[in-house]
Amino acid sequence: MSQVTEYSEKVMDHFMNPRNVGEIENASGVGTVGNAKCGDIMRMYLDIDDEGVIRDCKFKTFGCGAAVATSSMATELVIGKTVQEALQVTNKAVMEALDGLPKIKIHCSLLAEQAIHAALWDYAEKHGITIEGLDPPVNDIEETEEYYRMGE
Amino acid sequence: MDKMIYLDNAATTAVRPEVLEAMRPFYEADYANPSSAYAFAGKTAARVEEARETIAAFLNAAPEEIFFTGGGSESDNWALKGITDAMAVKGNHIITTKIEHHAILHTAQYLEKHGVEVTYLDVDADGKVDPAALEAAIRPETVLVSVMFANNEIGTIEPVKELAAVAHAHGVLFHTDAVQAFGHVPIDVKELGIDLMSASAHKLNGPKGVGLLYIRKGIRIESFVHGGAQERGKRAGTTNAPGIVGFGKAVELARETLAERAAYETGLRDRLIGRVLAEIPYARLNGHRTDRLPNNANFCFRFIEGESLLILLDRAGICGSSGSACTSGSLDPSHVLLAIGLPHEIAHGSLRLTLSEETTEEEIDYTVDELKKIVERLRMMSPLYEDFRKKHPEG
Repeated sequence: MSQVTEYSEKVMDHFMNPRNVGEIENASGVGTVGNAKCGDIMRMYLDIDDEGVIRDCKFKTFGCGAAVATSSMATELVIGKTVQEALQVTNKAVMEALDGLPKIKIHCSLLAEQAIHAALWDYAEKHGITIEGLDPPVNDIEETEEYYRMGE
Repeated sequence: MDKMIYLDNAATTAVRPEVLEAMRPFYEADYANPSSAYAFAGKTAARVEEARETIAAFLNAAPEEIFFTGGGSESDNWALKGITDAMAVKGNHIITTKIEHHAILHTAQYLEKHGVEVTYLDVDADGKVDPAALEAAIRPETVLVSVMFANNEIGTIEPVKELAAVAHAHGVLFHTDAVQAFGHVPIDVKELGIDLMSASAHKLNGPKGVGLLYIRKGIRIESFVHGGAQERGKRAGTTNAPGIVGFGKAVELARETLAERAAYETGLRDRLIGRVLAEIPYARLNGHRTDRLPNNANFCFRFIEGESLLILLDRAGICGSSGSACTSGSLDPSHVLLAIGLPHEIAHGSLRLTLSEETTEEEIDYTVDELKKIVERLRMMSPLYEDFRKKHPEG
């Protein structure tokens, strides 16, 4: 299988020209998910203002082309949104925005969703608040087997 | 650089124009089935036998010891299944290694489901099999040892002669998967003590879909492909005359150029290895430094992942391959890189570059220059590198 020919143009664009790569100093929330053993790690930084609006989001990703592209797209989708709106940015939304992913790469979009959630969780903990509908992050890919099955 | 730089010659090679020319008549004017009785088939049959003689001579074997197959994987399947079948009265144990090609490993796993016991030998950090470990693994019921001649990923050349001697000292047959080595390093089956050997034409500028199994005279082996009486009743199927003639031509050319080609490729390979290790930090060479295929270089770059690397290399016009999980289609990186002791996260960042006699120094230099930029770019994006830099700020 050729990865290059299986990816959509949007995936290739976000891989070749990733948006919002980097770190945010004194971020409101930081989340890291995945594990290097399986070949994917995503880290999301959120800058959230006093109104609960995401002013900025940056990422760093160790992983394949799809992992980089889904991280990049996820940052674009959450910037400008409220915390509650950002929770609605699902892996499906990320995938659709990228015009789809090869089947074996669907887990990358799940990681992107989890990375956003993990960063939101960190934000909530730091600020002593509870975000309705947000579960604690899973940090190990083995714990996310159900997500793999969901993706099929 | 406008033109594509093909550094994946271990995956497959271009068919040489002379090879294609040699094959063409057997698709066109001389299309006869060489098994037929009429004179029209005679020329085709004669050319198939000439190819067999050329290849046999190259291996220091007899023509009747060369059996043409549909490729390297079939040859590997035949060797393991055919020998365990024929030797079932003696025993049901075979020995192979953890770094074999899947054509061997998956066949061995298949045999395990059918009552054959298999020992998978460990390798050292360079990917070499220890003859003493082989000796320790041999049992009275062992019927076959199968160790690859050279590894397809990391290029390490195994001590085949010593391993074959150990097997023979215990009355055990020795098979080697020489798909990557055949045509690239000299192989004398008599001198090395090889009983069975698999090879494939497309790794040495021959056509795809044709391979061979060398079976030393006197060895009992069951057929794998049953049907007609081709290949002296051992391998059925209409003779692939154009493929075999092309294979013969490819071997003829490979024999003529072997020494010069190996020296040239080794020089370029060493330039590539030297520059990468000197100019890219946190890079390592996988496989033995000197006992390796002349055209193989395999690296790991820490903190980055192989598929990303391959896509960016592709965008720079460079074709390479990786043992990362994403390119293997599973969650695990290459079994070979794990067997030489690399942790998963490092094995994910592997890159194999395999050269040919057409590769130029300019192409190698361009590749290293691009590689430096790409590795740096991916590291700037990597949370693993970020963590590493925070722990080692002065590094």
